[in-house]
Amino acid sequence: MRLRITFAKRGPLRYTGHLDLQRNWERIIRRAGLPLAYSQGFHPHARIQLAAALPLGFASRAEIVDIFLTQPVELDHLKEKLQAVCPAGLEILQVEAVEENAPALQTRLQAAEYRVTLPSLNADAQRELRQRIAGLLAAPSLPRQRRGKDYDLRPLIHELRWLEDGSLFMRLSAVEGATGRPEEVLDALGIPWEETLIERIRLIFTE
Amino acid sequence: MLTPEQIETRLHRILLKVQKPGRYVGGEYNSVVKSWEDTPLKVALVFPDIYDIGVSNVGLKILYDQINQRPDALAERAYAPWVDMEAEMRRAGIPLYSLETYHPLAAFDLIGFSLPYETLYTNTLNLLDLAGLPLRSADRDERHPLIIAGGHATTNPEPMHAFIDAFAIGEGEEIIHDILNMLRRSKEQGWSRLELLRHLTQIPGLYVPRFYEVAYFEDGTVREIRPTLSEAPKVITKRIVAKLPPPPTRFIVPNVETVHNRVSVEIMRGCTRGCRFCHAGMIVRPVRERQVEEIVQAAEEALQQTGFEELALLSLSSSDYSRIIELVEAISQRFHDRNLTISLPSLRIETVSVDLTEKLKQHRSTGFTLAPEAASERMRRIINKYIPDEQILQTVREIYRRGWTTIKLYFMIGHPSETLEDVQAIADLCQRVLAEGRKVLGMKAKVHAGVSTFVPKPHTPFQWASCDTIEQILAKQDLLKRSLRDRNIKLSWNEPQETLLEAWLSRGDRRLAEVIESAWRRGARFDAWGEQRNFQAWMEAFAEHDLDPAFYTHRPRRADEVFPWDHISVGVRKSYLFQDFRMSLEGQIRIDCRQQCFACGILPTFTDLRRQNPGDFWKCPEVKSPARPLPVLQAELTPSGA
Repeated sequence: MRLRITFAKRGPLRYTGHLDLQRNWERIIRRAGLPLAYSQGFHPHARIQLAAALPLGFASRAEIVDIFLTQPVELDHLKEKLQAVCPAGLEILQVEAVEENAPALQTRLQAAEYRVTLPSLNADAQRELRQRIAGLLAAPSLPRQRRGKDYDLRPLIHELRWLEDGSLFMRLSAVEGATGRPEEVLDALGIPWEETLIERIRLIFTE
Repeated sequence: MLTPEQIETRLHRILLKVQKPGRYVGGEYNSVVKSWEDTPLKVALVFPDIYDIGVSNVGLKILYDQINQRPDALAERAYAPWVDMEAEMRRAGIPLYSLETYHPLAAFDLIGFSLPYETLYTNTLNLLDLAGLPLRSADRDERHPLIIAGGHATTNPEPMHAFIDAFAIGEGEEIIHDILNMLRRSKEQGWSRLELLRHLTQIPGLYVPRFYEVAYFEDGTVREIRPTLSEAPKVITKRIVAKLPPPPTRFIVPNVETVHNRVSVEIMRGCTRGCRFCHAGMIVRPVRERQVEEIVQAAEEALQQTGFEELALLSLSSSDYSRIIELVEAISQRFHDRNLTISLPSLRIETVSVDLTEKLKQHRSTGFTLAPEAASERMRRIINKYIPDEQILQTVREIYRRGWTTIKLYFMIGHPSETLEDVQAIADLCQRVLAEGRKVLGMKAKVHAGVSTFVPKPHTPFQWASCDTIEQILAKQDLLKRSLRDRNIKLSWNEPQETLLEAWLSRGDRRLAEVIESAWRRGARFDAWGEQRNFQAWMEAFAEHDLDPAFYTHRPRRADEVFPWDHISVGVRKSYLFQDFRMSLEGQIRIDCRQQCFACGILPTFTDLRRQNPGDFWKCPEVKSPARPLPVLQAELTPSGA
């Protein structure tokens, strides 16, 4: 059986990285007493697939993990049962069964949406920020460097908007090899990202 | 004092600048968050090394449970921030805080430090400072938390006497409640710090150094240690529990990778082998075992509560657990199909151990560990760990034959009266072990020799012995490096500086408190971490206080010397230890004392406890007639100057 779990990752768990989160999921499943499936071979590992790595420090309300079980389990009350054995900051939003041999979520990932909470800005600063957003979107290309590699940020930005509540909304490409990073966008806007809180709010997949 | 909210806000600005920020935020499954406002007694438990090492500490876990089970008390945790985080915290003005609720440590009523080894002393000072507390007990009052320490290193509390208000000697399960009850009375009655400390001297096993004074001879040795308060006991005897309480099962599950992510179940406490170098073997007596069913049940419950993938069955000497075969059968039957790693450390060197390990392990990836400690017959008699070469070779043959390719051998250099020939014997034995492996596996066979350096510890028969000098240690290590040049033998050793540091701290007296503080002010901390060790700071600190480190390390003690820790009793008589030391020099061995009682002193010290707790979980043999008194060694029993 293959379970698909949508979850939020917040609070102290923001500082748990991708590999550690994977390990956390193994333990959650074992604590819930579900029959976790393991790969064959000399060093069997738990069959758990996280859809998309979430950078350290980001919060999210839209993470997805697929978990393979050796036997079918009852879906009734499964959400509550899992929630009861989760560490602080991990909230189970949805649990469903999916086709056992459906393609891995990583391969279908297209884009991700983020909401960035900014330090409060006065009217002038707001106006200036909106101008910079417009400038960024109007630019034909945004050549940047990350870890010593040149790339163009502009095509990775699908959408970028300032919201009335004082936060930023962005939709960035999340295709393998062409992943936009919200902190790069913030840097391009001249916003120190350490002073913001970045939350992933949606993962977008191909059908 | 900052509020938890202020601390949290400041933290979020720095956490992404440091390595592994997940260490510093708490929120782990099984951590306990109780209401700060509604709980009168607030305790912070501190392991003064990094989170990665401290979070799995079983001793603190026991206390965490004991305290949190009380409706009137809460326990939270803190660890030493790594150097990058410490720098950021100091820059941002963040004091040491608890992981459960982010309260500054200064807001707690009691701070309990775990001091299992001496190289944590400078970290302890650093954490007091990071908590914004005065370092010295004399500079703190009722506005500050009471500072208590326990753990194996505190069997000689004197080097830390100036910084810690009270030391809990021995096992903590019961004394923690006595301390909390006293603290509660103190709060209700508004005692001053001094009044509280005076009352604390009435708790058996609790040492309040403020009320003792030490007189020295001209040569720097101790003349006398005496209480300055009429009601303070002359000798503080350690606490034990007669029967081990149910083991903890709700282990903290870290959200980031740490050194030991595992369920640990203590199968037995203490050891009856009597190895003369072994601190734990002398100070954790008597042996008390848990029942097989209790262990299996606790393991099952803990695995369910944590989801951990590893189970460790802990003791000082697994093979000596009376029903070890039955236990291994039961564990392997219950857990064999769960993708678990099960470890049973500290097995004797005999082929049965290979059977036991094989039953528990699904694959042999990690190598098989044996600890002969010494390689010459003479040396093995001296340390009282006598295993004939043939038995070792037979065991390693069996290990290689059953498919392990790597054997780890643990040795120690620097035992009393050791010569270069005894060290050469270590190299020779490694070669012979490898030769056995080659017969079975050819060039695939490997040996990993871990050679540490012996440090004489207080309350052991070797407390009278001197520790090797740096030159001696280097010569011995050099010999090993030259003799073990084989690409299938890996040799590891301790830096001599680390050994010396441990040596002068373990048998130090009160004057070392000044040295520790100076060394810390000169930048020493994380002394157990090679890359952080600052030996220069220590040498300067000794010079500053006009003390000679060699006095503490390289000096054989007089038979009648009063030791700085003589007023602390672990239940084993000094006369017994001295007799054992003399036997050692004559090459006489003592058999496992389950077979025959040698009257070490444990039974008379805890007669009442034993009488109140009949049953065979306590493994001292029945002594029919009153224990025959030891021949009195005149020279050492008369407290000089008395």
